[in-house]
Order: sequence, then C-alpha cells, then structure tokens
Amino acid sequence: MSGAESVGDERSAADIDRTPVPDADVCVVGAGPAGALVADRLAGDREVVILDAGPRFDPADRLARQERAIRPSYGRPDVWGVGGARDAHENAGDRSYPLNHARVKGVGGSTLHWQGMVMRLHEDDFNSGTARGVGPDWPIDYADLRPYYAEAEKELGVAGASDNPYAPPREEPHPMPAFEPSYSDSLFAEACEELGIDMHSVPNARNSEPYDDRSPCVGYGTCQPVCPSGAKYDATVHVERAEAAGATVIDRAPVERLEHDGDDRVTAAVYATPDGERHRQEADAFVVAAGGVETPRLLLMSASDRYPDGLANGSGHVGEFFMDHLFAGAGGTLDEPTRQNHVGFYTSACDQFYDEADAEQAPFKLEFFNYAGPSPVEMALTGDDWGDALLDRLRDGYGDHVAMGGLVEQLPDAESRVTLADDRTDDRGNPVPRIEWTVGDRALDTIERANEIQVSILEELGADVEWVAGPDATGPAYHHMGTTRMSDDPDSGVVDADCRTHDLDNCWIASSSVFPTSGAMNPTLTIAALALRVGDDVASWLAGGS
Amino acid sequence: MELTRRDAAAALAAIGATGGVALGVRRAADERSGGPGGEEVDPAWDGEGLPGDEAVRTAMTAVARTVYPDAVSGIDAFVEAFLDGRLDGSPHGEGIRAAVAEAESAARSWYDAPIADLPPADRDELLRELGADVAGENPGGTTAERVRYYVVNELLLALYSSPTGGELVGIENPQGHPGGAESYRRGPR
Ligand SMILES: Cc1cc2nc3c(=O)[nH]c(=O)nc-3n(C[C@H](O)[C@H](O)[C@H](O)COP(=O)(O)OP(=O)(O)OC[C@H]3O[C@@H](n4cnc5c(N)ncnc54)[C@H](O)[C@@H]3O)c2cc1C
Ligand code: SF4
Repeated sequence: MSGAESVGDERSAADIDRTPVPDADVCVVGAGPAGALVADRLAGDREVVILDAGPRFDPADRLARQERAIRPSYGRPDVWGVGGARDAHENAGDRSYPLNHARVKGVGGSTLHWQGMVMRLHEDDFNSGTARGVGPDWPIDYADLRPYYAEAEKELGVAGASDNPYAPPREEPHPMPAFEPSYSDSLFAEACEELGIDMHSVPNARNSEPYDDRSPCVGYGTCQPVCPSGAKYDATVHVERAEAAGATVIDRAPVERLEHDGDDRVTAAVYATPDGERHRQEADAFVVAAGGVETPRLLLMSASDRYPDGLANGSGHVGEFFMDHLFAGAGGTLDEPTRQNHVGFYTSACDQFYDEADAEQAPFKLEFFNYAGPSPVEMALTGDDWGDALLDRLRDGYGDHVAMGGLVEQLPDAESRVTLADDRTDDRGNPVPRIEWTVGDRALDTIERANEIQVSILEELGADVEWVAGPDATGPAYHHMGTTRMSDDPDSGVVDADCRTHDLDNCWIASSSVFPTSGAMNPTLTIAALALRVGDDVASWLAGGS
Repeated sequence: MELTRRDAAAALAAIGATGGVALGVRRAADERSGGPGGEEVDPAWDGEGLPGDEAVRTAMTAVARTVYPDAVSGIDAFVEAFLDGRLDGSPHGEGIRAAVAEAESAARSWYDAPIADLPPADRDELLRELGADVAGENPGGTTAERVRYYVVNELLLALYSSPTGGELVGIENPQGHPGGAESYRRGPR
C-alpha cells in the first residue's frame, strides 16, 4: 500500500488475545526502550508480560509514515498517531509544554520518533551538589553505571569514536566506528580552530555498518521522526527479542491503576483493552516504564485508602521536579554551498564547556547541524508556484545554510511538575496529566552563554547570522526527567539507588523520571543503562535476594 | 536534466509504494477488469465516472509538464513508472484517481478538452482556477486541496525526492531518497 494516508490501522483490534498471562513473574508497563530492555533481560528465565498503551505499528507502514513526515498536511504527532482524546493533557505552567510532539505511544515508544544521539552523562552530573554546588547528588556514581553504559551501547548499537577528550572515561571502543564528519563540519572546523574550540565525533544509536541484523544507514534523511531502513535503533528491537525469548506483549492496553495488598506489594496492573473490557495482570514483580510523564500519572491514579496521595508517594515527590533539556541555537547562511539535509543526524559536537558548570552556569553541549535550513522537497510542497518559478525558489532557499544547536541543563524545582488535571479526562475517563513546566535563571543565563559561543563560531565562519534561539525562544528537547526522583532517603525521593520504590517492595521504575538532576546529555543511553541494572536487580530479587 | 526509470524507482522507494515489481501484470489486469476501484472504467475515457489507470497516467503526465521545470526531460516515462507503483488499489491510489476525475471534469466543462489536449498556458490556468496553487494540500479537503494533494504535490513529491529532481536544486540525495551515507560528506562539485 502506498501513500501517506494509507497507514494501516495498526492491526485490527479484534483478533488479538489481550487477556492476562497466567503465572507471570514480571509485569512491565510500557514498551519503550526502558521497558523493552528490562523485559529482554528477564524474558529468558522468567514469565514476562509487557503492557503498552499504544499499538503495535506495522513495519510495512514506515515509508508511508516517512511520507507523512515530508508532506505538509501532516503534523509531527500524526506520523505515529499521537494526539486525540487518548493523549489529552493540560498545561498550567509559565511555559507551555508540547507533550504530544515529545512522545510516541506504542511498541517501541518514543524511540520510534527520536533522533538517536546517545551520550553518557559526565561524572559530575552524578554529583551536582558536591561538584557544582547546586541540586542533589545522585545516590549512585558514574562508576556504578559504567559497565551498564558499555552494555547499553552494545544493546542499542552505538557508532562512536574515542576522540572526545571531554567525555567520561571508557575502557572499550564503541561497538561501531563513528560516522565520519560531514562536509559542513569541515567548514566549521576551520572556524573552531581559529577560536580554539574543539570539535569531536558524537555517538549515534545508528548503524554505521551492518549491526545486529539491521541495515547500515542509507541516508533517507528523515531520522526524526522515522527511519524506514531500521538503521536507527528503536525499541522494537528489544521488544521483538523479548518476545522471541518468550515474553508476551499486549498492545493497546493502557494500565489505569496498580493495585496493592496490605503488605506493601503491588498485586496487579489493571488495564483496558480496545473492546472496552478491563483486565488484571498479576505478577510477582512490576516495572513501571511508562515514560517521564505517564509514570507519575499512573502512580497518582493508583491512589488508594492506604496510599491516598498516590502509590509510592510517601515522599510527596511523585510528579515533582519535572525537567527537560533546553535548546540553544543559532544559524544563518554562507556565500557558498553547505550541503545540508542529506542525512538527519549530526556528526560533530563540542563538549568543551560542559564541565565549566558551577552554581551559576549549567552544563551545556554544542552540536554542529547537518540539517540546517529547509529541505527542498518539503519546500516544494508549499507555496503557490510550480514549474520554473518553483525551481528558482528552491535554488534560492536551499544550499547555503549553517546552524548550531545545543542542550542546557535545567535544575530540579518542585514547582515544575506533573499532576492530575482536576476535571479533564482522557478517552477512558481517567484524569489527564497536567504539566507545569518552569525553567530557572541558571538555565536561561546558560542559554545566553551557549548563544555567544555559537554566534562567535558562525561569525568566524563568515556566516550571516539570521536567527538565534535564546532564552526567549528556547524550547524543550523532549526529554522528560525527574518526576520520580532517586534518593537513598525515602523522604527525599520516590525510588532508591536500585530504582525500586521506597514504599513498595516489588515495584521498580525504569525511566529518566528517576534522574535527580539531568545533566545536559540526551538521556536515553542513561535510561538504557539503568534499565539493564533494574533487570539485574529484579532478577536477583526474584531469585530470593533482598 | 533527464529523468529516468531509476528516478521513478527511487521516488517510489522513497515514498512507499509496492513498486514497479509486477507492473505489466497489474496494468493488464486493470484493463481487463475495469480497474481496482471496482467501477467500470474505460481506457478511452470520456469524462464520465472514474478514469482508468491509462487515463490517470495521461492526465498526470500532462500536469507534470506544467508543474515540472523546463529543465527536466523524460517526464512521460518517469510519471508512468511512478504511477505504476502508486495506483495500487490503495486509498491513496483511489484518491489520485478521484482528484484527476475532478480536474478532468473542470477541464472539459471550462475548456471543452481533456487536460492532455490543453495548450500549456490553459493547463496552468486550469490548475490555478481550480485553486490548486494557493490551496494547502489536504487529502480530505476541498477540491482545490485534494487536487493539490493528489495531483500537484504528488508529482512534485515524486520529482524532488528523486536523485535527478534533487540534483536540480543541488542535493543529489534528497530527503526521502536512500542515497547512502556518503553524500553528506562530499563537498560541492
Ligand atoms: C523528537 C524526539 C527526539 C528525541 N531524540 C533523542 C535523542 O537524540 N537522544 C536521546 O537520548 N533521547 C531522545 N529522545 C527521547 C527518547 O525518545 C526518550 O528518552 C526515550 O524514548 C524514553 O524511553 P522510555 O522507555 O522511558 O519511554 P518511552 O519511549 O516514551 O516509552 C514509554 C511507553 O510507555 C507506554 N505507556 C505510557 N503510559 C502507559 C500506561 N499507563 N500503560 C501502558 N503503557 C503506557 C507508552 O505507550 C510508550 O510506548 C527524543 C524524543 C523525541 C520525542
Ligand atoms: S539517515 Fe540513516 S538513520 Fe536517518 S532515516 Fe535515513 S537511514 Fe535511517
């Protein structure tokens, strides 16, 4: 089937058995990378069931989804069917948060849409309070996560190199060689050298060579929101692997409530199915991996007489400290060709300023884009011209753009939070998440600092600087963090250092929602490393450990 | 610049079609059975009902001569090969057929001739009178929006996601085309 509007209905709802799995050892809520990695880790030895709120997407539809990404009549959320009553939400903070641009629901989760940049956090990110004088320290260190980072890089398939002097220590090379720098990187390199600014490769969860039975990158250039070739990692890889090892995946099964007994154990996940039925999935252990917004929402919706403020919320912190990374950027044009938009990912970055961070300046990183300015095919589909006039416009608009991006840490703030809306409900009658997102001065000041460097590089390059995304124009990078923070102290956090909830013995959370601080590195490699660690902890608990 | 069957195959590979695999077979079958839409269609279509594949190809090729720049040649073979992959019985293929029917019916009532027989200036004018120039594409919208989506943008998408179409603008590996992971490293030629 061809054509953007021809995407299937994600397998007809009727003929699939969505009843609970008897005698399950582990129930995982959410089939994004966090849930998929936990499930895959455990599926060989244990009866595992994964429940996901969204559908199982048909891989045959990927090209049609790509067409949606290119055609102007589709918005970004339409590419993976996000939006509508299922995904309703409320914004109440001083900044609006575009939640449905920032996630995908379904088997594979938000990695279906993600860009796939995968860095490790820096050592100081785990000790922000001690090293930088702001925010809490994590109860774990870089050293605790280091072996899991290496494993996560193998699982996802990361192309990277060891040329980054600012990256934290690693003992082994990445599983695949890094993507070579782009032509425009070579233009930036001259300017950066002049200014004493270092450029280096970036780790990509994207195949630079055949890996794991998946294709190398073939240059479709639409990585975000869809990679038709499978070169970009997404979590369907681990969902399928878990299924092959015996796990059961139930799609279109939003969990509405976790039930518990009188002994502080979760007993069942209550989920809905498309036929309007509700089911109870029982299990010995539960892993909540529903992303940084839906995870606190589910805990809050699971309030009971015993836990009137929500499950695992003895600390009162469930939903608080909602953080994202802030975008800082600048761009313009040169008077020469820059060869943009051949691929949809970047190949060079600068982490030189990251560890200058202190109480006033946040950690931040800089990125050199390979997709600055418009893509000709997208331009061609809008406008009231065609023929030669259109070609002239395309030639005029494409070809000489350059741009830089960057991510900036924001500090945790209890007022920045996810709660339940008072009177708005979703398609199943459950309260929708309400987001109050606030960003403090340290982040806003650091965006300005990042902009200064970006503009100086662009000017050195000889660019006509045409836009700067500064404190007023910044936006989120779609990384949902902090809403079930990790702490050794049950009064200060929702989960302990093993990501197990303080209040419930058999309930873990695998998500960036456990991050006490966020650093400025894209979160998913850290999510993956933590998920593998959760898998090990659940396994040892089931085997009779603590 | 010459458009080739390779460009059509590339455009199809880019935007998802069952592709030119069983072309001949499908075309022959359509002509026998009256087309995948189920309605009776005649290859020598008279403007009533829905056009068959051949009539759709003829009209689309004519529109392509208007919306493509003068610099490209080989339009007929390119559009035909591309449409072989798109007229595959999918809702999209049927959307193309229906939008072509509307554009054809306008041509016949306003200009007394099928699109393919209109002089270039009239073909351009027809599309503008239909509103397809100022309309935003929308598969479920007004006639103007559907003609923009299924006819004008369909053709522009095919061209500018193909290597030859991209090259006209200076990008031989345009978005949507799997042109490999080397071109981004090459400098301008
Ligand atoms: C446009 C975009 C670009 C991105 N780029 C990058 C990048 O370059 N690098 C990076 O590190 N990160 C990136 N991210 C973020 C990355 O996608 C997420 O960090 C990652 O997917 C989070 O994994 P997760 O498993 O915790 O959650 P998700 O991937 O969001 O998966 C959660 C799953 O849980 C399911 N779920 C939710 N609620 C329920 C419920 N009640 N019951 C059952 N199931 C439920 C959802 O349907 C979903 O499938 C990007 C995100 C976006 C949107
Ligand atoms: S550029 Fe590579 S990774 Fe991105 S969509 Fe294309 S094939 Fe996938």
